[in-house]
Amino acid sequence: MNLLAINLPLVVLLPFIGAIFAAWSARLNRLAAAWVSGLIALSALGLLTPTLIQVFAGQTIIQSWAWIPTIGLHFSFRLDGLALLFALLILVIGILVIFYARYYLATKDCMGRFFAYLLMFMGSMLGIVLSENLIQLVVFWELTSITSFLLISYWQHRKEARQGARMALAITGAGGLALLGGVLLLGEVVGSYQLTDILASGDLVRNSPLYLPILGLILLGVFTKSAQFPFHFWLPHAMAAPTPVSAYLHSATMVKAGIFLLARFFPILSATPEWSWLVGGAGMITLIIGAYMAFFKHDLKGLLAYSTISHLGLITLLFGFGTQMATVAAIFHIINHATFKASLFMVAGIIDHETGSRDMRKLNGLIKYMPHTAFLAIIASAAMAGVPLLNGFLSKEMFFEQAITASQTAHSAWMIPILVTIGGVLSVAYSIRFIHDVFFNGEPINLPKTPHEPPRFMKIPVDFLVIICLTVGIFPNYTIAPLLEIAVIGTLQTTPPNYSLDIWHGFTPALFMSFIALTGGITFYFMRQRLFNFYEKFFRKIDARQYFNQLLAGLFSLANKVTNFFDKGSLQNASAWVLFSAIIFTAYGFSLHNSPLFGERPMLPIDVISLMLAVGLMLTSIVLIFIHRQRLLTLIVIGMIGLVLSLAFVKFSAPDLALTQLSIEVVTIILLLLALYFLPQVTPKEIGKMRLWRDGVLAVLSGIGITLYTLAVLTRDYQTIADYFLANSLVGGGGSNVVNVILVDFRGFDTLGEITVLALAGLGVFAMLQNMKLPAPKNDIEGRLWSNDPHPLIMRTFTRLLLPLMLMVAIFIFFRGHNLPGGGFIAGLIASVALIVQYLSNGIQLTSEHFKVNMNWVIGLGLLIAVATGLAAMGMGFPFLTSAFTHLNWPIIGEFEIASAIAFDLGVFLVVVGATVMSLVQLGRLSFASHHPKAKEQN
Amino acid sequence: MELLVALSIGFLTASGVFLTLRARTFPVVLGLTLLAYAVNLFLFAMGRLTIGLPTIIDSAQGQYADPLPQALVLTAIVIAFGMTAFLIVLALKARAELGNDHVDGINLAQDEASLEHTLPPQKPNKQVGKTR
Repeated sequence: MNLLAINLPLVVLLPFIGAIFAAWSARLNRLAAAWVSGLIALSALGLLTPTLIQVFAGQTIIQSWAWIPTIGLHFSFRLDGLALLFALLILVIGILVIFYARYYLATKDCMGRFFAYLLMFMGSMLGIVLSENLIQLVVFWELTSITSFLLISYWQHRKEARQGARMALAITGAGGLALLGGVLLLGEVVGSYQLTDILASGDLVRNSPLYLPILGLILLGVFTKSAQFPFHFWLPHAMAAPTPVSAYLHSATMVKAGIFLLARFFPILSATPEWSWLVGGAGMITLIIGAYMAFFKHDLKGLLAYSTISHLGLITLLFGFGTQMATVAAIFHIINHATFKASLFMVAGIIDHETGSRDMRKLNGLIKYMPHTAFLAIIASAAMAGVPLLNGFLSKEMFFEQAITASQTAHSAWMIPILVTIGGVLSVAYSIRFIHDVFFNGEPINLPKTPHEPPRFMKIPVDFLVIICLTVGIFPNYTIAPLLEIAVIGTLQTTPPNYSLDIWHGFTPALFMSFIALTGGITFYFMRQRLFNFYEKFFRKIDARQYFNQLLAGLFSLANKVTNFFDKGSLQNASAWVLFSAIIFTAYGFSLHNSPLFGERPMLPIDVISLMLAVGLMLTSIVLIFIHRQRLLTLIVIGMIGLVLSLAFVKFSAPDLALTQLSIEVVTIILLLLALYFLPQVTPKEIGKMRLWRDGVLAVLSGIGITLYTLAVLTRDYQTIADYFLANSLVGGGGSNVVNVILVDFRGFDTLGEITVLALAGLGVFAMLQNMKLPAPKNDIEGRLWSNDPHPLIMRTFTRLLLPLMLMVAIFIFFRGHNLPGGGFIAGLIASVALIVQYLSNGIQLTSEHFKVNMNWVIGLGLLIAVATGLAAMGMGFPFLTSAFTHLNWPIIGEFEIASAIAFDLGVFLVVVGATVMSLVQLGRLSFASHHPKAKEQN
Repeated sequence: MELLVALSIGFLTASGVFLTLRARTFPVVLGLTLLAYAVNLFLFAMGRLTIGLPTIIDSAQGQYADPLPQALVLTAIVIAFGMTAFLIVLALKARAELGNDHVDGINLAQDEASLEHTLPPQKPNKQVGKTR
């Protein structure tokens, strides 16, 4: 297959596969994980590059495979300019972060886990940006929430890491749920979940009555992910993550996922007043609050976190303007922010790494100790502040220009340029603080380590990013222009507007605003002492985390209250509630129908024997309630009920069921008898009359309800699908016993599931009985000693004689099952009874010596045969479990029919024998061990 | 005849429900067994009652009972056995670990008369916890 036809899914899946290798390789060598991750990211980038030419030529590449077409789910990927821009950001910055993290992580940190998480996160992000199908996109979206949770909580021993991770997961997870709702509505409106179809139906979406719910839900997803007000507070707490993670998540990836979605849905959701108000409003508030808070943070990473929030607000605001030019500015700022913010986070990590502190009140004058790092930091934060000749200046200039344009659109919009200039002032102020407070401003105070330059290689990723900041800032037309161009086309889905990336535009209002921002920012910074006092007095105490925690605590206590009301830690109460609500709901369901309770279907005549048996059954059921404290007696009565039941099956034309019920009854009663030996022989009397009455009422109501329901069904005619089975049983399945043919052929897959359950139950019994020690009673309730007599000789002899006969019956029943009542289930039960009789009459010890078969293997073999039969059909090109049959003519026996389904039935037979015999024999061993404690020890 | 079957199912359900709500494990297992009977009979009856029309293809026999509920109930009976076996062993396990057979794992509920003097002497096996 041509690799280029499947390169997009490979790019996405490669990091996930690589995560396994990275985790594994860390066991060989501490640094191997970093090398593997780097190689994986590089090869993903390599897989992407061959398609670059097509994308730069203006094509959109789509690689799609139908998955569940009926619900509109396709496994499909899309590469256009926008997707390419984000994929490059994710991969390139990802590679730099991997490189950086290799030096950052301490020797005691688990490398394998870190890089495995990082790769999984990278894969999830790539999945978001490269998805063509929206449902698939949401799945990757959720994956980023989960993997970022793992990354943020990487230092699991730290409380704030766990709390921060949980908060991020709660908020972005809730947003993801909202996004799913929005996407489903969108898909319903458009009639497709493929982006190509959706992007082409903007008018349809905007005019749909569901437009507002769609917009609201999708924006909830965007705002939570991109930390927009009022969901911004999770981001600073996520700073508890290792710094490489912060550099990755908060510059190029996680928080940009929301922005990516804004860009993706821009052509279909924008250009309405609702869009402008919601997106623009949230962006503006976030821009100002983030910039303001950033200035007052003493923690280096705290400053960067709020500054990230502020820049995300800026980008959101640009999308909120809704014009094509604003979109160009937004896309450009996405690139610039990713580069300078990633480098600044890395610088913060270097400082933390080399000084042991991130507190700007202690960090001073570091330029003497680490001049190279200081140089990089100064350039990057100048880019953040929007100083000319750096990339941040260009996009900020465009931003100011757009703010002025937007101010002319409406009356109340005159405030926009003023507000954004305030944002600009604050942003310059905190950028200066980052530099002046850390690298100048006196001498360091009480640092845990003496600061010095980091290892050479730790600075290389920062060097690289700072060079990008510079070259893009000075030669925008020769560097970033083509990528920006196709990204804008990909976003707008149409030809881009004319824009200029020139540095000098003349004396424009935007330049004036930049000037105000720079001078205002410097002034603001030098007034800082007074401002800090003001902030300490009024703002410090406002912490969104408190409200979040209160909300969370409230939710938890409400949930606990509701749970405690129904569940008082007692099974009896809980079951009573289940039954009570079942009764209430069914009664309500009945009352909704107006039709008469009973139908017109004529009833069958009653004969005397049936009458006697049924009345006997009812009377015994009542008697049971009164004698249930005497356990042995109850068990015998229940055995009788089971026998009556099998008679009912005989009467109503179900010979297979009668045989099954009969043999199951024998096995069940023996099993319960064995178990009863270890339990008290009587149930204590309950004193609480209230509870007995309550249970009595529930029981009577359930009985009445089910009686009425059964009668209502039985007196009505119905449509059955049985005609198909009756008509095709002989022709298609090769057997005249329709029940058996349904079991092994028509519904063979169901049966496979059922024998699997049975096998699991048998294995579960086996597992639970291992090493269990129960005290065996010496005497029964009336003080009689348990008999220690050996097994009676006559019985032993006769049962040995009987064994071949019983097995013969089982084999006979098995073979005739396809055409006459019988089959694997019944034959299995009969064979089990035959074996159990041996154990009972000859004792566990002796029988085990003669009959050395491990029942675990029998169960396994049975399942294997059943599955192999199904797979054999697949191997011949038929669907799973298709059966075939043919007629053979053997001497003496004559002509007979053989169906491949008989092999499947053999599997059923073996599983039934294995599970049944194992349960009983294991219990038997337990009782043997309790009588012969020494014999057990010798084993 | 339909009335008889419906009533039988009802009675089985009622006593099954009552036993399921008891406080000790053994009656609960028996109650679930009874409920399984009732449910199997109920499912079977959904194919309506027919007399003398077994589902063995025979050219002399024109009509048949509904084979589908029969097939479903056949496996249901076997699964019910598997469930009973699992539950009763779970009950034994609970008794081995907790030293009593109350469904909530408490020694003697306050609303029960003490049977300690009538029960065979129980020695909660102290070895169990230590050997593991």
